[in-house]
Amino acid sequence: MGEVPVHLTVNGRRRAESVEPRLTLADFLRERCQLTGTHLGCEHGVCGACTVLVDGAAVRSCLMFAVQADGADVTTIEGVASPDGDLSTVQAAFRDCHGLQCGFCTPGFVMSVTAFLRDQPGPTDEQIRQALSGTLCRCTGYQGIFKAVRQAADAGQHGERS
Amino acid sequence: MKPAPFEYHAPETTADAATVLARLGDGAKVLAGGQSLVPMLALRLAVFEHLVDIGRVTELQGIEVRDGSLWIGAGTTQARVEASDDVASAVPLLTRVTPFIGHFQIRNRGTLGGSIAHADPAAEYPAVALALDATMHVTSSRGARSVAARDYFDGLWTTTMEADELLTGVTFPTWDGRCGFAVEEFARRHGDFAIAGATVGVELDDADRIGRCAIGLIGLGSTPERAGAAEAELVGRSITDVEPDDVGRLAMAGLASVPDDLHGSAGFRLRVGAAMVARAWATASTEARHG
Repeated sequence: MGEVPVHLTVNGRRRAESVEPRLTLADFLRERCQLTGTHLGCEHGVCGACTVLVDGAAVRSCLMFAVQADGADVTTIEGVASPDGDLSTVQAAFRDCHGLQCGFCTPGFVMSVTAFLRDQPGPTDEQIRQALSGTLCRCTGYQGIFKAVRQAADAGQHGERS
Repeated sequence: MKPAPFEYHAPETTADAATVLARLGDGAKVLAGGQSLVPMLALRLAVFEHLVDIGRVTELQGIEVRDGSLWIGAGTTQARVEASDDVASAVPLLTRVTPFIGHFQIRNRGTLGGSIAHADPAAEYPAVALALDATMHVTSSRGARSVAARDYFDGLWTTTMEADELLTGVTFPTWDGRCGFAVEEFARRHGDFAIAGATVGVELDDADRIGRCAIGLIGLGSTPERAGAAEAELVGRSITDVEPDDVGRLAMAGLASVPDDLHGSAGFRLRVGAAMVARAWATASTEARHG
């Protein structure tokens, strides 16, 4: 069973690789691109730690094969901060609000919340909780995470960068 | 790499997909959004020699309002269904049921056709398709055919489609008139598969009599279920004479294969199911009466 060529853009950089079709996008990012910020928890679509943006949409990278992302524009946690290292509004809010404990789930949360606030800039508390429900934090630090999203949403509403 | 090795096929037209499926037969599986299939592959609950990815077949994607009905291409993502104004006005039950599917990250990849062809009895779209008498459009290199929802679901994760057939789209009838629609689910956490759930549609005549109704049941059988006997008993009655709790009890009568597992006994699920039907009925009938 042969390899298949894939061409995609990751955090603005073009990548051309030959992969086994069964290689997930998550493993592609971690092993071929050395972008290990995308974390793998459950590897079957439950925990959300591996969430990345594919053509802008937040998706679980463990539930997608790299070959399916051929031609796509992928953003990982490494592509969220500005090139000079300034944290995004969402990242800064997670830091300010203690929205992480061990940090394992954090890349998934940041990617999901980044897409969520882009599409829903003025969310209600209930909408925030629903948006967070697809990602698991086993430290159970949800209160801090919720506060971080609230802060980032409010900052975005006041015209700050998000 | 967790899944077993497979060969990958990425046709760009429906005809090419049908040709590939005809050639490969039982050894091939269609990959749509992959939100159910890829976990099964990762856990090696399923192993296929060939995956036929239909994600690049653009003619399988789209939403069209047609004469008295709504067509949705099988490859259309659940996120697109959720956001569509055409869906909201033609088949409101689909718009209301979609947020119950997984989480928004799942709906960004998961497709309407994938959910229906996967035929999970705990899934939302199969229950809605069954309750609303949707029509499944199926094609193969032998030709195209249409299958009524009641003839489509054939057991746990099983449909009446042949191995060489591809689901291309689903047509949902549009209800006009004095209608109400509602969905209720009970799950331990938002986005989990429900312990039990119900989707209800009610249409009233000018005298507040029930002209038709549709009760789809989620997680209450080994296949998607519809409370057909309850519906037959309700049609023609005045909506004001019908107690929602009675509808719940009626809808649970005759269910023969209610799941009984660590998430809930069959008896518990029947009680939850009756409550979900009652709540959905109350909401839908209020909407039908008062808009």
